[in-house]
Amino acid sequence: MKKVRPWLYLLPSLILLGIFMIYPLFDVLVYSLQEGYNSASQTYSGIGFYNFSYVLRDPYFLQAVKNTFLLVIITVPLSTGLALLLSLALSSIKKVKELYQTIYFLPYVTNTLAVGLVFMILFKKTPYSDGFINMIIQFFGGNSVDFIEGPYWAKMLTMCIYTIWIVLPFKVLILTSALASVDQNLYKAAKVDGTSSFRTFTKITLPMIMPMISYLVITGFIGAFKAYSDEVAIFGTNLNAAGMNTIVGYVYDMLYGNSGGYPSYASAAALILFAIVLTITVINLLLSTKGDEAE
Amino acid sequence: MKIVLENLTKVFPQGKHTPAVTAVDHFNFEIPDGKLVALLGPSGCGKSTTLNMICGLETPTEGKIFFGDEDITNVPVENRDVGMVFQSYALYPHLTVKQNIMFPLENKKGKEKLGKQVIEEKAMKAAKLVQIDSLMDRKPSALSGGQQQRVAIARALVKQPKVLLLDEPLSNLDARLRLSTREEIRRIQQETGVTTVFVTHDQEEAMSISDLMVVMKDGVLQQMDKPQEIYDNPVNLFVAKFLGTPAINVLHGKIENGKLVIGKNVIFNVDLPDQNVSVGIRPEGLLVDENGPFVCSLQKIEKLGRDTSVICTHEGMQMDHMRIVVPSETKIENSDTIRFSLKPHKLYLFDESENRIALEEDA
Repeated sequence: MKKVRPWLYLLPSLILLGIFMIYPLFDVLVYSLQEGYNSASQTYSGIGFYNFSYVLRDPYFLQAVKNTFLLVIITVPLSTGLALLLSLALSSIKKVKELYQTIYFLPYVTNTLAVGLVFMILFKKTPYSDGFINMIIQFFGGNSVDFIEGPYWAKMLTMCIYTIWIVLPFKVLILTSALASVDQNLYKAAKVDGTSSFRTFTKITLPMIMPMISYLVITGFIGAFKAYSDEVAIFGTNLNAAGMNTIVGYVYDMLYGNSGGYPSYASAAALILFAIVLTITVINLLLSTKGDEAE
Repeated sequence: MKIVLENLTKVFPQGKHTPAVTAVDHFNFEIPDGKLVALLGPSGCGKSTTLNMICGLETPTEGKIFFGDEDITNVPVENRDVGMVFQSYALYPHLTVKQNIMFPLENKKGKEKLGKQVIEEKAMKAAKLVQIDSLMDRKPSALSGGQQQRVAIARALVKQPKVLLLDEPLSNLDARLRLSTREEIRRIQQETGVTTVFVTHDQEEAMSISDLMVVMKDGVLQQMDKPQEIYDNPVNLFVAKFLGTPAINVLHGKIENGKLVIGKNVIFNVDLPDQNVSVGIRPEGLLVDENGPFVCSLQKIEKLGRDTSVICTHEGMQMDHMRIVVPSETKIENSDTIRFSLKPHKLYLFDESENRIALEEDA
């Protein structure tokens, strides 16, 4: 009886978790192994790894993987570094600090699609205007670039700026509070001992906020790998045509897009993404715990 | 290195929700070279602010600070050559004891830059001085409060500062550790001979180890002298009340026709004009005496082994009860009243503005 009761209390949440978390996870695995699945008749021709090999040979998927990796590699370090600089600047000012904090936090509470609209105004070329950024480029004597429908690097640049801008507020928020929670007496002690500000930063500030930085890097990697809605906000729903699809975008397209109705391919792609994220996170964790031991 | 404070004043400007505060008000005193000095006062009296100004963490609003003959008022903290021990110790939690102690030496640049070998030797020497040389590879979190305190002192001393400053050095330690640590601070100070200033609100702590004591109240210096001298000759009622455990007994009294009268008791003759006075009597200043002039009603007797506390009341009291300490062999009869005679040098008179009235008694 004693052993049954705790499980009884857990039952409601276990049932919900089972239906909405465990079963779909299991189902994805099943789908990914069912070859030639027909969603209309719900039949399949066999079991095997064909779905994986199809997905891995699909140029759209490979493009999506490339896009996703580029986004991750560019935006995670840049946004974390930028957030650190901004947080340091924010913690060093006294007047109008709240105002700046509010401004930096605004993107976090702004709707992704609304932000996308603003970016359109900034970057998009229309028959009437080349967009705000192009006006600036032209002012300095450059040639205007189509950032939304132009060359790949321009689209990738727009995407990176957008992503960094949208993830920045959360990181600034976390880092400013991490900086504020460092014991001020440590800085006083360092000051009395004549520590240079660079050494104070590298020897005291950085180690003290390191746990928060590694948290941001890990969640940043995971978040960037799962990017999708930001791409839609800028390039519209037909991401394959724009060449700006991401892995999650590919999964979505396989399920519901124009080429939709292929849950098996979607599942295989989702599992590949899962494997990638898992690997990166494990590496991240290993690196950050190793750093702790070396201290 | 002697320290001279000249008209030192610190005013914290008015904040959004707080009025302007004068934390330190025109301080003048001189700390002789090589002495251990306690800044003593209740919380909020400006003693930490004074310490921070000597350290250089706060800039004075007015006045000057000298180290020796050198005016260091505008010298930045890192060039003052002071060592500071913070109340919370402020040890770097991610560094080992050794790295913590080495930290100040590694800061030196240019000509003063030290070799790794020298730094390690100096760190070891400082660690030995405070007897933590066996804990060098531990992190501060793996140390007890007392050990952390020692590390903080070693870190402050490792660069051989001219002046050592300690902010409430014992307040984070438990009672037993406090006793041994204060002896330890005394020993370290005497071994190094460094001029040391420490801040405390605990009068017993201040009295037990300092060469000189500075008593402060509301940013104003009350008295500066040797601890025993301050205890024996407080300049005002505040100082008299602040020093001594149990606290001094304070009573309303008056001078009438050249006699000191407390309540209905005529105590002794004094050569003073008629006036109302406050009378402070140290707990050890009363002797049980069946013919004594001071009549109290007995409330309770507490036997504490070495001595006995007599709790009693008197109509002139300014507090709830009086506590009188008598030797434990004193015979006390169990009755409602108890009579005392007084030791004149343990009794102080204060005028209505609470300043001490000089007394040439002829009891």
